[in-house]
Amino acid sequence: MSRTVAVDGVQHAAQPSFALVGAGRIDFAPLLLLLPTAISLGSVSLYPILDGLWLSFHNTTLATRENRFVGWLNYRLLATDPDFWSAWRHTLEFTAISTLAETVIGLGMALLLVEWFAGRGFVRAAMLIPWAMPTVVTSKMFGWLFDGQNGLVNWVLRSLHLIGGNIDWYGSPNTALGTIIVADVWKTAPFMALLLMAGLQTIPGSLLEAARIDGAGAWQTFWRVRLPMLAPILLIAAMFRALDAFRIFDLVYVLTGGGPADSTEVLSTLTYKTLFSALEFGYGSALSTAMFATEALIALGFGIVIVRSMRRQGR
Amino acid sequence: MAAVGQRRTAGQSAVFFAGAAAIVLWSAGPFLWQLSTSFQLDRALVSSTPSLIPHPFILQHFYNIFAVKHFQLYVLNSTIVALATTFLCLAFGAMAAYALSRLKLRRRFGLLGFILSVSMFPQIAIVGPLYLLASTLGLLDTYEVLVIIYLALGLPLVIWVLFGYFQTIPEDLDEAARIDGAGPFRILLFIIIPLSVPCLVTTGLLAFIAAWNEFMFALALTSTIAHQTVPVGIANFTNLYYVPWGDIAAASVVVTLPLVLLVLFFQRRIIEGLTQGAVKE
Repeated sequence: MSRTVAVDGVQHAAQPSFALVGAGRIDFAPLLLLLPTAISLGSVSLYPILDGLWLSFHNTTLATRENRFVGWLNYRLLATDPDFWSAWRHTLEFTAISTLAETVIGLGMALLLVEWFAGRGFVRAAMLIPWAMPTVVTSKMFGWLFDGQNGLVNWVLRSLHLIGGNIDWYGSPNTALGTIIVADVWKTAPFMALLLMAGLQTIPGSLLEAARIDGAGAWQTFWRVRLPMLAPILLIAAMFRALDAFRIFDLVYVLTGGGPADSTEVLSTLTYKTLFSALEFGYGSALSTAMFATEALIALGFGIVIVRSMRRQGR
Repeated sequence: MAAVGQRRTAGQSAVFFAGAAAIVLWSAGPFLWQLSTSFQLDRALVSSTPSLIPHPFILQHFYNIFAVKHFQLYVLNSTIVALATTFLCLAFGAMAAYALSRLKLRRRFGLLGFILSVSMFPQIAIVGPLYLLASTLGLLDTYEVLVIIYLALGLPLVIWVLFGYFQTIPEDLDEAARIDGAGPFRILLFIIIPLSVPCLVTTGLLAFIAAWNEFMFALALTSTIAHQTVPVGIANFTNLYYVPWGDIAAASVVVTLPLVLLVLFFQRRIIEGLTQGAVKE
């Protein structure tokens, strides 16, 4: 080490490195330090993803011990499988509505919180409760709140005379998906608000001050200054939320199990059942690959919009 | 900050206060109802007018979940799995983040991006192959399989947050140690780690919460009370003829209250850690 510094002089002393010590001897330190991560991600993420792709071209079924290469058969079956397309639609519907609602409600909360007031720390701490709670607990909690007979929601709505009789919220195909959306929005909107608040705080106070001096009201300041400045962060946060919402599993599996009458069956629950109830690992893998392809499209769509909004801001 | 040089009118203050109260009610209300439910008689829960204050105040549901349903075993399993995951995440994550932040690596940002993008895959896509792999290796229904999987799921976020923090530690400190002859492992262990304790606590908390709350892999890969974790235990909490809402509420309180207390205590740091990416964009 010291030899290198002495030979190469100032340049290396300013930017020293472990990568090369002496002449041509490779230092393994960075590789050793990254090795556990590489093994972990390689065996638990990369290998299963590739194995899943491989399985999707096989008719692997644990029950019958079949395991033959069948080419594109699983994908051809998928294209005409009504259960798949119904789950696909439910998942997209859930993703679109809950992401939109979470972004709008989160933005509202963030705009309120970014203005200073006493006790903000307390409010922010309370907002982390839905985020920290296990999703399974959230499902059971909403199961109790929205219970068809003794649920608090039914009682409140009846007391306010908004509904005539009890509604079987997640027991009826008309309202089940909506109930799950409400539970998801409850759980993630506060977290969205915290992210957006961090973004709002990076907007220079001088800009807002300038807008105010020019006579802009709160409404104008929001539309002309804050929203355009916040747009890239807002879109990135919405993208991550949408990708996450698209994978919804826990809430549906615990609250409705995909029912009633498959009205809340989403891609993750359908895939899980195909894998672990029907034991069809080949077809299940094709399902999850189709799901992944849809996710990639969502990410691509957001990516294009995000790049555009960043360019516009850069101008 | 927007209010610099502005004075708020009484009306505006009232609006802010009402808004803040609404946010707190939204966030904490459902959990408070769950808390109240856990202390109420089943008979009170099905009465025509629900009461927020438990009357009579009973501990029957807590007795049920521990003495009858052995809930403490799930809690023990979750604690072991989540603690082991947290420890390994921090150890491996700190090593990787240090290599990415300090050592001469080509394409370090490419690597970092790759590590982060791995975590974007839908988890349902890997559960099937991992089940087959665990079955081949005889790892089904063990603590090990859950820890191995949660480690990989947690590492990308841990590395990302620690990388951001390590970048803020002045390189002069490493430099001084290096001149004194310390190698990279010694510098990491004796200089970087001691300086990063606050960040390690926050990051560890994030990894712990993620492992504590995970449901799908635990459902797929464990099958007995010897290794099932809390979320699986709660999901299976149904009696044959009716839904035991009081017992479920008690179990919810037992597993959520520690998290809520931790979060209340560390809220500032958690928010800083979680929003790091957003702010730096």
